[in-house]
Amino acid sequence: MGAAVSAWGRRALVALPFGWLAAFFLAPFLIVVAISLAEPRIGVPPYLPLLDWSGGGWPRLQASFANFALLFDDAFYVEAYVQSLAIAGLSTLLCLLIGYPMALAIAGAPERRRSLLLMLVILPFWTSFLIRVYAWMGILKDEGLLNGLLLWLGVIDQPLVILNTGIAVIIGIVYSYLPFMVLPLYATLERHDRTLLEAAADLGARPWRAFLAVTLPLSLPGIAAGSLLVFIPAVGEYVIPDLLGGGDTNMLGKALWEVFSQSRDWPTAAALAVALLAALVLPLALLQRIFRRTEEGG
Amino acid sequence: MTRRSPFVVGMLAFGYAFLYLPIALLMVWSFNDSRLVSVWGGFSTRWYAQLAHDTRFLDAAWLSLRVAAASASLALVLGTCAALALVRVRRFRGRTLFALLIAAPLVMPDVIMGLALLLMFVALEQAIGWPDGRGFLTITLAHATIALCYVTVVVRARLAQTDPSLEEAAQDLGAPPAKAFVLVTLPLLAPALAAGWLLAFTLSLDDVVVAQFVSGPGATTLPIQVMSSVRLGVSPEINALGTVIILVVGAGIAVAWRLLERRGR
Repeated sequence: MGAAVSAWGRRALVALPFGWLAAFFLAPFLIVVAISLAEPRIGVPPYLPLLDWSGGGWPRLQASFANFALLFDDAFYVEAYVQSLAIAGLSTLLCLLIGYPMALAIAGAPERRRSLLLMLVILPFWTSFLIRVYAWMGILKDEGLLNGLLLWLGVIDQPLVILNTGIAVIIGIVYSYLPFMVLPLYATLERHDRTLLEAAADLGARPWRAFLAVTLPLSLPGIAAGSLLVFIPAVGEYVIPDLLGGGDTNMLGKALWEVFSQSRDWPTAAALAVALLAALVLPLALLQRIFRRTEEGG
Repeated sequence: MTRRSPFVVGMLAFGYAFLYLPIALLMVWSFNDSRLVSVWGGFSTRWYAQLAHDTRFLDAAWLSLRVAAASASLALVLGTCAALALVRVRRFRGRTLFALLIAAPLVMPDVIMGLALLLMFVALEQAIGWPDGRGFLTITLAHATIALCYVTVVVRARLAQTDPSLEEAAQDLGAPPAKAFVLVTLPLLAPALAAGWLLAFTLSLDDVVVAQFVSGPGATTLPIQVMSSVRLGVSPEINALGTVIILVVGAGIAVAWRLLERRGR
C-alpha cells in the first residue's frame, strides 16, 4: 500500500463491501440461527419472537431447541441427512475416478494445448446448470434415449427405471461437479517434477508402480481439495434431486425447500439449514486448511 | 498409469463426451419435429417459433436480464472495492472477518443463502417497512451479494499482479490519488473487470434456488419459469429455450475466459 489511496478513500474501500456483507450475509445468517430457536405458529411471520415483551419490564427469552429435537425424532429428516451424505459421498468417489485420469491427461498434454483443454472442462460448469441437468431427464427417463439405445442394442428387453431414483441423482451430481474435481487435481499434477518419474523408471519401476509410489502420493492435496469441492455443494444440492430424484430421493436441500414452501414451517426450515451447515463445518475447515497450505507453499 | 497411456487419454475423451453429449443432444432435440426424444421426426424450427410467441418465457427472460445487469453492476463496484481493500489497504481492523465474509458465500449452499436472505427481508419489512414486497429489488440484492464474492476473486488476482509503483509514479508526477487510480490502475484492471461483470451476469441468469426463495408473486425469473415447466416433464419448447440460453451464456463465458487469459501476455 502506501500513499496510493487517501485515508478517506481507504476507509470507504473497506466500509462499502464490509457493510454490504454484514447487512446481506452476516445479519441474515444470524437471523436463521435465531429463528431456528423460535417457536412456530400460524400467522405472519410464521414464528414467535424470541424476546417476549408482553410481561412488562425485562423481556422474557423464549428460545428452545425443540426444532432440533424434531429433526432427530422424525424419520423423514434423519433419512434426508443420511441420504444426503451417502449420495454426496458416492458422487465424490465417482468424480475422483473419472476426474483423476482426465487431469493426468491434461497435465501430460503439450503446454500450448493445456489451456484449451482446461477451458473445455470449465465451460460447461458456467453454462446454465439448470438446463444441463434438465437435459439428463430426456436421456434417463423410461422412454428416453438411454433406454431406447439399450433396447435397440438388445442389452435389455424392459426399459430400466433410472429417472427418479438415487442413481439419476448421482449421475447428475457427477456430471455437474466434475470440473470442481479436475481443476485442483490438474493444479497439483501440473507442478510435479517429471524427473521423479524418470528416476522411478530408471530404477526399474513399472508405470503402475511409479504411479502408486510417486504421482499418487504427491497429488494427495489435489485429491483432498477436489473431493471437498464436490462433496460440499453436493450435500446441499436442491435442483438435481428435485429434477432427477423424484419422490424417491430425500436430500437435505430438497427437504428444506419443501418444509419452507409447502408446510410454511420456517423455524424447522431454519433448523434444517443450521443442521446442513453443521454437516459441512468439518469439510469446510479442512478445505480452508488445504488452501492456506497451498498458498503458503506457493 | 502414465500421462499419455491409452487408458488416460481414453478417459479424457470419455470425460469430454460425458460433459458435452447431453448438451449436444438437447440441441439436436430442439430441432426435432417429434415430441419424443427417442424418435426423429424430421428437422423443424417450430419449437423456436412457438417459443418466440410464448409471453411467459419472454416476460421472465426480460426480468432475468434486468436483474442480471443490475446485480452484476452492483457486484462489480462492491467486489472491486473489496479486492482493493484486501490487496492495497492490507491491514485494517476486522480483516480476518472480512476475508471470511468474502469467502463464505462462495461455498455456502444455495438453499441456506436463499432462506437466510428471505428471512432477513421479511424481518426488515416488518421492522422498517422496506423492502416493500419481494421481486426485482430483493432478487437483485441477493444476486449482487453472491456475485460480489466472485468479482472479488477475479479482480483480486489481477490486482495482485499489477505494480502499485506505477500509480505512485503518477502521483509523484502530480496526479491526485483518484486521478492516478483512474488513469493508471483502472485500465490495467479492465479485462478483469469485464470478466468479473460477465461472470456475475451469468451467475444471476442461471440461479434458480436463491431467486425462488426471495422472489414474490408476479416476479418470475427465467430459471424459475423453466424449473416449474420442467417439473412437468421434458418439453420441446424447453429444449429450444435451453439451446438459446446455452449458446448465449457459453459465448459470454468464452469471452470472459479470453479476457482473463490475456493477462499473461
